[in-house]
Amino acid sequence: MSEPTNSIVCSEVFKTFGVGDSMVRALRGVNLEVRFGEMMALVGPSGCGKTTLISILAGLLQRDEGALSVLGTDPSALSNHERTIWRGENVGFIFQQFNLIPQVSILENVAVPLLLRRHPKRDALDRAAKLLEEVGLKGRESTRPTKLSGGQQQRVAIARALVTGPRLLVCDEPTSALDGATGQKVMALIRELTAAAERVVIVVTHDERIYHFADRIAHLDDGRVTHVSTPAEALAESAARMSDAAQRH
Amino acid sequence: MRTIAIKMLFGDTAKFYGILLGLSFATLLIAQQASIFVGLMSRTYALIEETPQADLWVTDPTMQFVDDTKPMQVTALQRVRSVDGVGWAVPLFKGLLVAKLPSGTRQICDVVGVDDASLIGVPARMVKGDVSVLRKPDTIIIETRGARSRLAQPINPADPSGPKRPIEIGEELELNERRAVIGGIAETKPTFQNVPTIYTTYSRAIGFAPANRRTLSMILVKAVDGASITELRDRIARETGLAVYTPHDFAWTTITYWMTQTGIPINFGIAIVLGFLVGVAIAGQMFYNFTLDNLKYFGAMKAMGATTPRLLELVALQGAVAGVLGLGIGLGVTSIVGLAIPGDKLAFKMTWHIPVIAAAAVIFIVVASSLLSMRRVVKLDPSEVFQG
Repeated sequence: MSEPTNSIVCSEVFKTFGVGDSMVRALRGVNLEVRFGEMMALVGPSGCGKTTLISILAGLLQRDEGALSVLGTDPSALSNHERTIWRGENVGFIFQQFNLIPQVSILENVAVPLLLRRHPKRDALDRAAKLLEEVGLKGRESTRPTKLSGGQQQRVAIARALVTGPRLLVCDEPTSALDGATGQKVMALIRELTAAAERVVIVVTHDERIYHFADRIAHLDDGRVTHVSTPAEALAESAARMSDAAQRH
Repeated sequence: MRTIAIKMLFGDTAKFYGILLGLSFATLLIAQQASIFVGLMSRTYALIEETPQADLWVTDPTMQFVDDTKPMQVTALQRVRSVDGVGWAVPLFKGLLVAKLPSGTRQICDVVGVDDASLIGVPARMVKGDVSVLRKPDTIIIETRGARSRLAQPINPADPSGPKRPIEIGEELELNERRAVIGGIAETKPTFQNVPTIYTTYSRAIGFAPANRRTLSMILVKAVDGASITELRDRIARETGLAVYTPHDFAWTTITYWMTQTGIPINFGIAIVLGFLVGVAIAGQMFYNFTLDNLKYFGAMKAMGATTPRLLELVALQGAVAGVLGLGIGLGVTSIVGLAIPGDKLAFKMTWHIPVIAAAAVIFIVVASSLLSMRRVVKLDPSEVFQG
């Protein structure tokens, strides 16, 4: 049997939070396909459902309705425990605020995902050191995260996300805490480190300056994927919107 | 991962020291107050411990504790000696008398009069002189603490309130207008009343005491070889109508009196409970806050594939490490304080039960705060890591 072309397939995925008057329909029938080796950016206004969608794709939340396949599995169909194990084996996370443990060295921070899975300590630290070298932090292994710049901390977070060799990398606003130039470098690094392996990278972002790193851009609005475009098309749409707004003023 | 969990604990310096301080202080209060309580209680029956030769103690039935002497008729001694199974029975006088010291000051002393013939009841550990000095006229033996403190004499007799020296062998006291010569100094266990103890013979002691028809405070009994102590106890009680105790029972009767008839247990109990509450309030709260502060990292770990039991293991490890360190420091400081302060100043006795009780209290504090913390970790939704 041949490997499926698409690593992620969402079909009419719904997600609702709360009940009654406080009910919020976060996703209202999302349809999306992402191919192996592809970097897909999820963009859209605040509250459009980007975070809910990546949480479901990464197995952090369960969909209410619809069909879902992520790396050949529907994580929403798994039990809580199974989903946790599945995440550990398949998903790497890069958070907006890095979430590095400040009391331990960056080497230990990178090794955390392996150590949580009771990986042998020596091997975990060796793999972490190798990843730190790949993200350009060789020689800084014993440094605490708080001693590093934002860009360097995000590099550590990238190393931590990749240390388990995940096939799906989920990045939540990876450049929002960084300046423009550093954000470009961080995205270039993510692109470089994920391009070789047949990894799927999902990036949630508001930052148009990093659109060009993505292969495709999925536009979300009001809980739906309105359309999928190339980075160039997305930037052109954005420019047109800006021009319209300027003319209205 | 355990190393990382411990580093997380140690690395949050302010909270870590707060947790440690709370647990150490709670342990210190619990262990120190309990040790002083036990020390005080053990002093209430010091006389019993100093007289290991006796299998049984015979007293007036109304006597409630060792120092509560209710003199019996001297004929009681003969009645006890006539009971089958009694190897020997000797009299003991015990009473508080006022001593006039060489400097002219007066001091209440606990006078113990032991059997003239056998001298059973005199402390075994003589520091100066010999037990046999009691066979000389007017001779008494005093104990070291009394010699150094309440019976101490001014170095310059013209300055009674000036520096003092321990009273020595050969110096004389007056007990009820009668001369008493110090012939020896013994090492004894501290007593609850904390007044100097004077040992002399029974006949000399009743001579020191004000005239009274009843002078026999207690009778010390030794069973014949092979006799059952409990059977002999019951037999003496039945045949004489007197109260008869084994040393263990007499000690417990004394402790029970102090426990039930005084406010001592309540006072110490309040201090111990306060220590426990301090631990709960400071250490428990700090540990809970420490977990709350780290919740975002636990959330990230959960997202990265850490199972809930794995995270709970880390929280439990952090609690256990804090608990062991806090308990160790608390018990260490308690022991140092207990060893550093002289026994005549501080009644301190740490039995094996006290560290166990302190450990149980610390375990309770740590487990309770860990459970509260764990509850937050269990309920933690890993998707929250994407919410900024």
